[in-house]
Amino acid sequence: MTPVRCEAGQHIASGTLAEKPRTLFEKIWDDHVVASDPGAPAILAIDLHLVHEVTSPQAFTGLRERGLKVHKPGQTVATADHSIPTLDPSIPIADELAAKQLRQIEANCREFGIPFHGQGSATRGIVHVIGPELGLTQPGMTIVCGDSHTATHGAFGALAFGIGTSEIEMVLATQTLLQRKPKTFQVRINGRLQPGVGAKDIILALIARIGIGGGTGHVIEYTGDAIRALSMEERMTVCNMSIEGGARAGLIAPDETTFAYLRGRKFAPQASAWDAAVARWRKLPSDEGATYDRTIVIDGDRLEPMVTYGTNPGMGVPVTGRVPSPAEVEPGARADLERALAYMALEPGKSIAGQKLDVVFIGSCTNGRIEDMRAAASVLRGRRVAPGLRVLVVPGSQQVKRQAESEGLAEVFRSAGAEWRESGCSMCIAMNGDQLEPGQYGISTSNRNFEGRQGKGGRTFLASPLTAAASAVTGVVTDPRTLSGAASQAVATSRSAAVEAD
Amino acid sequence: MPEPFVSTTSRVIEIPRANIDTDQICPARFLKITDKAGLADALFCDWRFTPDGKRREPPFLIDEPANAGRQILLVGDNFGAGSSREHAPWALRAWGIRAIVSTGFADIFRGNALKNALLPIVVSAERHTALAALVAADPDGMWTVDLEAERVTLPGGQSFAFEIDPFARTMILAGTDEIGYVRSRLPAIEAWEAVHPARVDTRAGAPTR
Repeated sequence: MTPVRCEAGQHIASGTLAEKPRTLFEKIWDDHVVASDPGAPAILAIDLHLVHEVTSPQAFTGLRERGLKVHKPGQTVATADHSIPTLDPSIPIADELAAKQLRQIEANCREFGIPFHGQGSATRGIVHVIGPELGLTQPGMTIVCGDSHTATHGAFGALAFGIGTSEIEMVLATQTLLQRKPKTFQVRINGRLQPGVGAKDIILALIARIGIGGGTGHVIEYTGDAIRALSMEERMTVCNMSIEGGARAGLIAPDETTFAYLRGRKFAPQASAWDAAVARWRKLPSDEGATYDRTIVIDGDRLEPMVTYGTNPGMGVPVTGRVPSPAEVEPGARADLERALAYMALEPGKSIAGQKLDVVFIGSCTNGRIEDMRAAASVLRGRRVAPGLRVLVVPGSQQVKRQAESEGLAEVFRSAGAEWRESGCSMCIAMNGDQLEPGQYGISTSNRNFEGRQGKGGRTFLASPLTAAASAVTGVVTDPRTLSGAASQAVATSRSAAVEAD
Repeated sequence: MPEPFVSTTSRVIEIPRANIDTDQICPARFLKITDKAGLADALFCDWRFTPDGKRREPPFLIDEPANAGRQILLVGDNFGAGSSREHAPWALRAWGIRAIVSTGFADIFRGNALKNALLPIVVSAERHTALAALVAADPDGMWTVDLEAERVTLPGGQSFAFEIDPFARTMILAGTDEIGYVRSRLPAIEAWEAVHPARVDTRAGAPTR
């Protein structure tokens, strides 16, 4: 394709070209194609490269072996989130490998001139939480990170996707990536969510419908009234799990909600640059008449809180539903389901609600932001966690932690009997000592229920913060709408607080 | 730098499971390394060993003595789902795997595999069924995967064509990687950058342009 070297929509406004209507994705793609040589993938410019300790060390080693520098350190930013403990930071790190990895990222950033938000920094946190909260994530950008949940940043109308370590080295060395153009997939969520139903339920319902490979080869754009009504943090939850549906990226067109969230953040454009940026961003939404390679429509009015029962995120049902029976699924899916139920030790046909729990995890790049903390706290306020249950609440960043503490949420969690910890990926990926024990059942606001994901032999139910918090009170998987006042109160609290924060 | 890869001839291991995710291929606790050493031990670790570290009985497929040294996997749909960890193809390569045949691969895994000269070979559902039957009937048959010809030859001499991204194919056949190519285009990149100022400066704070 021909490189288009202008900002989104500029040539449409000029009126000199009869342009084919383009989607949001196509505009961002066109804006970033540096070169497109015959037979080769496009060279795509990258605006922002996020780096963390786990997937980057071998890339820096590669740079050193080639004798290369980081091409654009000012478009690169690093933090420590995956293997970092969520205990009191004054306690020495017990895991020598993790400690070495954490020293390595710091040394690499120092050597190559990359800003590092590390241990002790007030702005450290999960890479997909700090990008947005610092205002680094902006509409129309290309954003990459060696982490598949980079899709989170698509909530701002940025093309954001996860990459491997070889690609990290490429971006460090050239600030570009070689990419084949993906297809487009519109997911329209119509209507209005019912009380107790949230962003996490939208995305779990979508993945249950399309399957975990359903979006392969595509970039999703989420549209529809139910999406437009979401706060920025809720949009991030939806986009975050695009990869769980197989799509490398998920996008939501920027609007007033996006601009209100960004305004005044540290790295957002200021003064006259702000107005110019907003004017550019307003041209990003998909044009009238733009077409997608594929579209599905989901009725948001009819969504319910979702819970997974199996060993991939597509194995989900409404919390009012039952664990499916291998006899009732198509033959091709039977063996997978039998294996999953054997691993989970769940009985086919039984209600998902009422399944017993050992651990509750509230946190992660999916649901570790302040609104998630508010939602969970609104359920736990004045209540106690069930006897014998371990409940970990892990803020997504140090900024979220401080905010939650200043709002009194941390005290709500502690009073209820939950652990309130330092920020990080924690039990979502179980690299830092926070993990399920073999055979334990956990309900988790994170994104993956793969075998062993949250600890060897651990068994995960994925759910929203409301559902996880309600389950923390009862000790079994619980529909948050059945806990007196929990759902409506939580939604009201979360939404009104979000408006005030804006 | 990787070695050039043209073709391999090997027996096949079938893992008849769909949606094998990268947490199974290489569990996260093995991601604390800062190099690529020791990853063969991580491959499918939790399917090979119980949580308390004992080898499972019967052993998982790749640990069966008859499967030692086999370089080709036949697996179910959507192989490599989930995490972007390149440790997954590193672990497969460290074990000795050179080609994986499936009806589909997750996007990030496919890209990572190609960058490590590990061939993701996509076949139709019909062909996959036939290949699984072939492995069941002739578990020790030798297959040849020829990247140059983009063709798999089966024990009876029958063969079928496959497609690998042509750019990736060139890189793997030559034993080189993409950074050299992109660096050769640095003048174009810098020309682009000259008319597209950085949208943020992570070192400075807010841009005021």
